[in-house]
Order: sequence, then C-alpha cells, then structure tokens
Amino acid sequence: MTPNLFILALLVIGGAAAAMTLRNLIHCALALALSFLGLAGLFLHLNAQFVGFAQILVYVGAVSIVILFAILLTRGGDTQEPPLPKKGLLAGGLITVGVFAILSGGIGGSHLLPLVHPSPPAPSEPTVAEIGKVMMLSCVVPLLATGVLLTAALLGALLLALKEKQTEPPSRP
Amino acid sequence: MDSLDQIFIRLKHQLVAFAPQAIQPFLSMLLNIAAIIAVFGLLFALVTVLERKGLGRIQNRRGPNRVGPAGFLQFAADGIKALIKEDIVPAGADRLLHFIAPFVLVVPVLLAYSVLPMGRNMVAIDLDAGVLFFFAAGAATELSPFLAGWASANKYSLLGALRAIAQMLSYEIPLVLAAVPVVMMAGTLSTVQLVDAQAGYWGWLPNWHVCTPWGLAGFILFMIAATAESNRSPFDLPEGESELVAGYFVEYSGFKFALFFLGEYLGMFAVSGLAITLFLGGWHAPLPWLTFLPSWFWFFAKLLLLIAFFIWIRGTLPRLRMDQLMNFAWKFLLPLALINLVVTGLCRFLPGDGWKGGLLQWLVGGSILLMAWWGLGRFLSTRRGWTKRTYRYAE
Repeated sequence: MTPNLFILALLVIGGAAAAMTLRNLIHCALALALSFLGLAGLFLHLNAQFVGFAQILVYVGAVSIVILFAILLTRGGDTQEPPLPKKGLLAGGLITVGVFAILSGGIGGSHLLPLVHPSPPAPSEPTVAEIGKVMMLSCVVPLLATGVLLTAALLGALLLALKEKQTEPPSRP
Repeated sequence: MDSLDQIFIRLKHQLVAFAPQAIQPFLSMLLNIAAIIAVFGLLFALVTVLERKGLGRIQNRRGPNRVGPAGFLQFAADGIKALIKEDIVPAGADRLLHFIAPFVLVVPVLLAYSVLPMGRNMVAIDLDAGVLFFFAAGAATELSPFLAGWASANKYSLLGALRAIAQMLSYEIPLVLAAVPVVMMAGTLSTVQLVDAQAGYWGWLPNWHVCTPWGLAGFILFMIAATAESNRSPFDLPEGESELVAGYFVEYSGFKFALFFLGEYLGMFAVSGLAITLFLGGWHAPLPWLTFLPSWFWFFAKLLLLIAFFIWIRGTLPRLRMDQLMNFAWKFLLPLALINLVVTGLCRFLPGDGWKGGLLQWLVGGSILLMAWWGLGRFLSTRRGWTKRTYRYAE
C-alpha cells in the first residue's frame, strides 16, 4: 500500500466515521464532504480524471451544499443532536465486524478477483473523448433515461415549490 | 520575437538545469507554483488600488492618492494593516471551522490557475479534462462562505452564507452551460487545445469563439454568471453591507479578512482567465499584424480589460433583490443557455463554409437567440400583476 493510497483511504474512512459519530449535524455534513473529497482523490489515483473531477464538482460542490442547506432550512439554528447512546454499542460493533467479514470474504473469494487484482498491464489512461464516445454511442439509452429521470425530478421539484397560489388577500395578524 | 515570447519558459528551464537531477521535477513544479502565486498576488494588490481609483472616478472623486506615487502603494499599507490587526474570534464561534474557512476559499482558487494557459506553452499542467478541473475547483470554494457564515455564530453572517450558497448554486448552472457550446464545437476539454482551436484569422477577423453567434451569447451568459459566482456587484447580496453589515465575513478581522478579500479577487481573475481561454482566443493576438507582441502580453492585456469591465459594472449597476436574483438565474439565464446549446448544434450542421457559412450562422443562430432573448425577457421573467408580497417566516 503506497502512502498516497493510505492517506486517501484514511480521509475516506475517517470522514465517513466522523459523519456518523459527530453530534452536530453541520459537522457531520462537512465530514461527509471530506469523505467525498477523499473518494475523488482515490479516483484520481486510479487515473480516472473525468470521474474524479466530476465527483468533486457534483458531490463536494453541489450535494454536500444541498445537504447543508437542507439542514439549516429545516432545523434553524438548532443542529445539536443528543449524544450517542452507549447501550447498543457492543452489539452494533459486533454486527459491523460480521458484515465486514462476510463482504470481504465474498469479494476475496470471488472468481472475478483475478481479473482485476494481479496488477493489470497498465491500461492507457481513458481520455475524455473516449468516455464521450462510449456515452454517446454504446451507452446512449441509459444516458437518455438518466436525462429523462433528471428532467422529471426537476419538474416535480418545481411543482412542489409552485403551490404558493394566492387565493385570498393576505391579512396582517 | 520568439525569444521574448518564450522568455519565461527558457528562464525556468535554465533555472531547473542548475539543480541536481533528483530534485528537478520538484523544482519545476515549485517554480510554476511560485510564479502563479507571485504574479496573481501582485495583480491582486494592484487591482485593489485600481478598483478604488476607478470607482472613485465613477463617483466623481479621486480615490486613494496618498501612499506612494499617485497612491499606488496603498496596497502595501493595507496589507501591513491587515497583518498587525488583532485577530478576533467570536466567543460562540466554532473555532476550527472559523479558522479554516478562508483557506477553503483560497486554496481551490489557486489550484484553478494551474490549467489556465497564460501564453504559448505557459500552462502549469495540461490536463485532459482541464475545463472540468477548473469547474470542480470552483465548486469546492462554495463551501467556504458557508463555513465562514455558520462558524461565526452571527445571524448576519448566517444569512449572508445562506444567500451566498443559494446564489452560487443557482449561477453555477448557467456558468457551466455557457461553457458547454465551446467544448462541443472544439471537441475537447483541455484548455490548451481550446486555445489552439481559436488560432488563425478570417481575413483580419480573429477566429475566436466570441465571433460566432453561439460564442457571443455564451460569452455574455458566462460573464454574467461569472460576476455572480465571484460575488461582485450587482450580485453582491451575500455581503450586502447595507443589509447584512458584511455578510458571511462580518466576524473576520485582520489577516483572515485579507485572505477572503484575496480569494474573491483571485476567483474573479481565474474566471476571467477561463472566459479568455474559452471565448476570447486565449493568448492569441486580436489582429494578424499584432502577432509580434508576445503571447503572455495578450493574455494579461485581455485579463486587465475584463477586470476593467468588472470595475465598470460595479460602479454602474445597483444591487439586485433576492427574488430578482433567483428569477434572473432560473427563468432567464438557464433557458437561454439551453437554447444556446441547441443553436450551437444547429450551427454545427448548417451548410456552407467561409464567409457565406459564417453569414448563414449569424442569420439563423443570431435570429433564434435574439428571439429567445426578447421572448424570455418579455414573458417569462417579468412579474405578472403586482400583489402584496408575503414572507412566510418574516411576518
């Protein structure tokens, strides 16, 4: 494990753990943004420039901001949560370890692993142009479906926000 | 001519050649970084003075004229003042977040400079996804106003932060969409190749993207959105001093305040640099008989011209209201950017080349864009019927 990978993994796991354990919702959201940033670093470490930058643009720049915005709009100034209950800590930890063991065992025993693990012969760095060709030619149906889905979501959000129809003149209380 | 054009590149190569083999790559990187920080830091210092002088002239007064020749050393006095001022942190503040907020602004902005081609061969890294990298770095700065505003534990700063986030999220979409036509037509996301795509001349007209109908519309959209992204007047609601004291950095003093100031100006320069790269031909000379001047001269000349434009706008236009701001982004800029995208595709497949093709593009694309501009402004973004405004949470 190279030191770069170690630092990035620490950022991702540490950020995720902090997002779960910190007791101030704003801190949690910021820790999540840190974790996203580490994930983008992992993508860049794997020479996936496009995915890495898109991860920063979408997740660090937009998704975490939307989360923060939602917290502030719904909670006002009160973002402090009660401390974690001590009771279920042991059971939770055991379940976590169990799930991790099952998942890592499943991945480790997978017959797909030899395809990815033993140092592939350094594939050429995928250029943005190649990604664009794949997206526009062979994967055009999923791309269009995603576009339709996002448009529908946008229209739905607009409909939700549109309901302020004034039926009667507002009276001052 | 060529030696003058490449003088900085040669200088760097000679400096690097002195060093032992092992540290040469690091020295090369260090020199790139040092050059960017030094040049744009100095430009920031000069522009603060120029802006105050320009605004002063617009408001029929002289501006700073006491420190140094004609007041041009004012920035040194301001910098020293910022350094020796007390750094105050409010008692209820989140100390860590309050501390890191200015750095979250300055560091990504400085990173964004690494993909700007400032002259022939003068780019720190030629990334394959350079434009995307620039926007990613720009998006990362959006966390900073929030951090500053929330961590200060002040209602003015929190309001400023909320305004800043809403504004930046809304205007980032037209900003990116205005840049997409250029990427579509040039077929690349690399900033260096984008500049190369604008080389050459049609007669005496430069082959820049701004000289096409979609390019002109994209440039105007991009500049409006860039003004909003860099929080400058008339989009300076997050720090509107008459409403919010100073918005999200109301609780900052001393050098942290100076860092916010620096970050905002550096962001403005960076996004102007990207506008130059995308639309104004990068470091290419505007006229064929002016190519004897070095390429970096043209980049910085265009940059200063855009900065002058920003100062002029700041001195001219009043601040928008919040609902006007949102309406403008979502009902005018966003549909126009999408229509511009369609027009770009149309222009790509219009028949004819040479000046006839250009004329046809201007006729078809220009008329569609003009109609869209008129229709959107006339019907979609005007308020129908004035009613009493009610504020759900403020009554």
